[in-house]
Amino acid sequence: MLAYLIRRLFAAVVMLVVIVMVVFGIFFLVPKWAGVDIATSFVGKQADPAAVEAVRQKLGLAEPIYVQVWEFFKGIFVGRTYAGGGDVTQCAAPCFGYSFRSEQAIWPVLTDRFPVTLSLALGAAVLWLLFGVAAGVLSALKRGTLWDRGAMLVALAGVSLPIYFTGLLSLAVFSYGLGWLDAEYVPFSDGIGTWFGGMILPWVTLAFLYAAMYARITRATMMEILGEDYIRTARAKGLREGVVIRKHAMRSTMTPLLTMLGMDLGALIGGAILTETTFSLPGLGQAVLNAIKNQDLPIILGVTLITSVAVLIANLVVDVLYAVIDPRVRLT
Amino acid sequence: MTELSKTGAAVGEPTGTSPAPTSFLEVRDLRVHFPTDDGLVKSVDGLSFQLEKGQTLGIVGESGSGKSVTSLGIMGLHTAGQYGKRKARISGEIWLDGTELLTADPDHVRKLRGRNMAMIFQDPLSALHPYYTIGQQIVEAYRVHHDVDKKTARRRAVEMLDRVGIPQPDKRVDSYPHEFSGGMRQRAMIAMSLVNNPELLIADEPTTALDVTVQAQILDLIRDLQKEFGSAVVIITHDLGVVAELADNILVMYGGRCIERGPAEKVFYEPRHPYTWGLLGSMPRLDREQQDRLIPVKGSPPSLINVPSGCAFHPRCPYADLPKDNATRTVRPELELTEAGSRHWAACHLTTEQRERIWTEEIAPKL
Amino acid sequence: MTTQRTSGRRKQAAAAAAVVAALLTTAACGGGGNDDKGSKAGAPGYDAANNKVAQASLAKKGGTLKFAGAQDADSWDTTRGYYGFMWNFSRYYSRQLVTSKTAPGQDGTTLTPDLAGGLAKISDDGKTYTYTLRDGITWEDGKPITSKDVKYGIERVWAQDVLSGGPVYLKDVLDPKGEYAGPYKDKSADKLGLKAIQTPDDKTIVFKLPTANSDFEEMLALTSASPVRQDKDTKSKYGLKPFSSGPYKFDSYNPGKDLTLVRNTEWKQASDPVRKAYPDKITVKFFSNANDMDARLIAGDYDLDLNQTGMSPQGRTTALKKYKANLDNPVSGYIRYAVFPQSVKPFDNIECRKAVIYGADHVSLQNARGGPVAGGDIGTNMLPPAVPGAEGQKYDPYELAGANKNGNAAKAKEALKACGQPNGFKTTIAVRNNKPSEVATAQSLQASLKKVGITADIDQYDGSQTAGIIGSPSNVKKKNYGIIVMGWGPDFPSVQGYGLPLWNSKYILQSGNNNYALIKDKSIDGLFDKYTTTLDDSGKTDIAKQINRKVMEGGYYLPFVFEKFINWRGSNLANVYTTDAYSGMYDFVNLGLKNAK
Repeated sequence: MLAYLIRRLFAAVVMLVVIVMVVFGIFFLVPKWAGVDIATSFVGKQADPAAVEAVRQKLGLAEPIYVQVWEFFKGIFVGRTYAGGGDVTQCAAPCFGYSFRSEQAIWPVLTDRFPVTLSLALGAAVLWLLFGVAAGVLSALKRGTLWDRGAMLVALAGVSLPIYFTGLLSLAVFSYGLGWLDAEYVPFSDGIGTWFGGMILPWVTLAFLYAAMYARITRATMMEILGEDYIRTARAKGLREGVVIRKHAMRSTMTPLLTMLGMDLGALIGGAILTETTFSLPGLGQAVLNAIKNQDLPIILGVTLITSVAVLIANLVVDVLYAVIDPRVRLT
Repeated sequence: MTELSKTGAAVGEPTGTSPAPTSFLEVRDLRVHFPTDDGLVKSVDGLSFQLEKGQTLGIVGESGSGKSVTSLGIMGLHTAGQYGKRKARISGEIWLDGTELLTADPDHVRKLRGRNMAMIFQDPLSALHPYYTIGQQIVEAYRVHHDVDKKTARRRAVEMLDRVGIPQPDKRVDSYPHEFSGGMRQRAMIAMSLVNNPELLIADEPTTALDVTVQAQILDLIRDLQKEFGSAVVIITHDLGVVAELADNILVMYGGRCIERGPAEKVFYEPRHPYTWGLLGSMPRLDREQQDRLIPVKGSPPSLINVPSGCAFHPRCPYADLPKDNATRTVRPELELTEAGSRHWAACHLTTEQRERIWTEEIAPKL
Repeated sequence: MTTQRTSGRRKQAAAAAAVVAALLTTAACGGGGNDDKGSKAGAPGYDAANNKVAQASLAKKGGTLKFAGAQDADSWDTTRGYYGFMWNFSRYYSRQLVTSKTAPGQDGTTLTPDLAGGLAKISDDGKTYTYTLRDGITWEDGKPITSKDVKYGIERVWAQDVLSGGPVYLKDVLDPKGEYAGPYKDKSADKLGLKAIQTPDDKTIVFKLPTANSDFEEMLALTSASPVRQDKDTKSKYGLKPFSSGPYKFDSYNPGKDLTLVRNTEWKQASDPVRKAYPDKITVKFFSNANDMDARLIAGDYDLDLNQTGMSPQGRTTALKKYKANLDNPVSGYIRYAVFPQSVKPFDNIECRKAVIYGADHVSLQNARGGPVAGGDIGTNMLPPAVPGAEGQKYDPYELAGANKNGNAAKAKEALKACGQPNGFKTTIAVRNNKPSEVATAQSLQASLKKVGITADIDQYDGSQTAGIIGSPSNVKKKNYGIIVMGWGPDFPSVQGYGLPLWNSKYILQSGNNNYALIKDKSIDGLFDKYTTTLDDSGKTDIAKQINRKVMEGGYYLPFVFEKFINWRGSNLANVYTTDAYSGMYDFVNLGLKNAK
């Protein structure tokens, strides 16, 4: 187990290095191939070549990529000193650098925006697990009935309607129309009630999509599991049907759901870009979208790293939980 | 007293909503039909038999003959396992120790399941829950019907594992099914079935998934346990060899109906139905060398939606043309006694003489 | 299979957009009925604040003025900001020697003293500008603003390596040879080594220009000429919390999220003839969903759009239908156009350029921009309406708004023949992929050119890489970009503030180029030189006219529209007017609230 964890952690670190290198590569090489000079987008309208060169130096764009990758990682662990044009800045560890655009330090940006995304992802996950799994189980138990058909129709809608549509719809109805709810992020510490109220629409919108997916998967898995021999055995023992469903069928249904949940949560922690954009929630997804538009490499790198770490951790947790749930799985 | 029935119910015995029978288990005119998109699947279509405590009944037939559906029907597992609109339609009567199960309160039937009647399944790997230890599953089976604490139940589980011949039962009780060998798993399954001392044990192809040497051990075990507990046992198999030594009575099913039944030695040594002959012919015999003389039943099992008219076996029967007036294709043969007082029944248009002659002259010598 | 799915998706998206548009239209009916005539205390009516002051008397002291924005400033550092709304907004927290008059329309473009006691005393040769600072001007910590602070603030423009992004006019005019290294590399103790600016005492500042420039005072009115105090200069981080010299100071700022300004209690009304400082607090909230933002503006959650670039199509439709009294339709000062790089054949030949100008359907182009109301009048020449010397549609050498407004195929074919391409030719239209209306104009152009035999492919390039892609003449040539769709607005209202980088041969750069047509016309260069030494306004206006004519006669440009936009004016706003000083935006600094809760 310990050896397994160590090996996984090592693989994760290698993975992170590769990811950072890929991001650097995309950022630098792709424009280069396209014949574009990135530095020109950081100067004013009539900047002379010397100014462009100066900006290139200041942003570190002139260094070879491997040096930049090295400096980036060094910054995270031991901090980094930025010097250019007489402007010397000490960036203490963990230093993820400064935004190319707003010049703010990246680490506080990430820590400031992370709770927003976390609130969104976790809250939505609770909702979609509750409703998605419940709807899926009920549908499986009432298969072929009106209830099942209705639920699956709603689920189909949830899966295929884009978030910017359901999001705008919910805003139009509940916020502009009825005026019941506003979608706005208020920190948890400013009051649970306001935090909760502001997150309801985004949660519901995001959860709708995922609940739909989970309902469909749950229904299909549940139906498959209910046909298993060991479910028949459980009934043959004389167990109440409720016990059969909860203790025997649900536990098996959990395994594929758990895998999905791990992946989905990991990815969402990197930012639910569409939801955050639709509801103007200042989370990581919104930050990375703006950063991509603005070619703000340090923010892209920071968010990418957080996302990657989240996905890797989620993967690890899923694998460990898998072994806990299914005794046939061994962590080796 | 009604007119003597020809549907297979024992002659002279009451049918319909008549008083409770004297047999421990009695099935009367059982029909299990499944509605599907293609039509109504008549898996069991009018089956009757009785079984006494301490006796063993072997139900034999090809896959799709309705034997497993029958066993699940007795256990009440068709209705319990059905969700949505497509429920199995079950009619007839199943009397277990004086209680009619089909009309009884489902929760009452549930309480009988596992305690009064238990079942062993074909593939113990898939029939045991992969996520729970053997011990947990036996404990669960025990505690459904006994209000005892976990410790007591666990002691009982260990005791049962020991009884079915699992070495180091106090350790293996905490193993998961995948950590057992096939034979061990089936022993554990049997331990689980017998944990409540059921009066009726249904074993559905209990040895099919096991290799030959283990098969014999398991059958021995079932026999020993039956003696010890005095249960009534139903063994369901496609292999006449399995029931040959074990069963007191044998019931051969074809196309959802019984086509021959009687005491084991009768069915085995004087079979009176061409299908039974086919089954005997396709039975591998370890004591014979001439495996090339194995005579399988030609053709494939009948459709249960469009059951062949007349005798359901006629498309595969080599003697279908012998009876006159094309009777095999138009008239459904009823179970009839092969001879008075023999308790041996068969449903065939061939005359008793024809069958006796074909058996002694054509079939028996080849076996 | 793949294509099926794609088309299905597209249909879905289209349906979704339509439904939401309908929803936005019907759902947002809580704002109280307004007609376009307006009411006395409510919204004053359609176009009521366009070039005139609406409800000046209703402005009350106090309250929170709430901006909503879809985009944050490029930087709030006075040296680094280049967005028009940033310059406009920066007057809340920064003052300059002189600034634009707080008056509607064209009046707004005249300069008025701010930190200085009066406009510049200019020497006869136009090379020396002298200002004396007024009394009582203070920083947010109460210390007086000195001439040295002004000089230091201007010197920061030289530190382009650290403080990139802003306009560099002052540097080009005061130090054309680039001798000064900027304050961060300044070896002198007081870091005030720039020789062209002298500060004989704390109240006096003298600018010595190597060569005269008649727009110099306009450049001093730019935000980049704001004072910065050396001990408060956080260099590259200054934009996160600029040190205030104006009536408001930064309270909190989270880039891309929100910004809050509160009153600068050290600022004294008596020291500031320009700013009224009505509200107590100014907030900006940034939205990532423009539709959501417009809905909230309409609902009254916010007072006005920070970016001042017009409403989104959905919001505009709703507002025009139901809340017309809350709208203004100002001219933005931008011209939207296509430009023909002469390095790409056959656009080296003026006749081929004319063939495109004549062949284009100008009404269709106008509609692609949004029609006469949301898009603007058909552009007929290259001088924006707010720039002195502009003639608007009166000067229409190619009759783009007249006889040829639907395209003139005959004239186009004639031009093609004269160009030696009687059967037409093939070329490529380059257009930013992140500007839907620019893509629409490119498609309109493509369609009408096809009728005269010119086959144009459309290349949608990464809009965030504009400077690197079309700003590189070698790349433009390599990619065969014969037609580039662009737009341009004046940095300050003069032909120099608009056209110098576009038309002067000295501004052809290898990257970040804006003279896309690669105009190398000695007579145009000469006119710009002459303009800088011409001090009287009528002379300047005349030269502006001449430059405009030279550019149009060269056939380098196909103007689409003199841009207009639909701007939302919250019902609670008072003393609200558009100003040409900031491209038709509302003048932020003197906005007040009617209800100052």
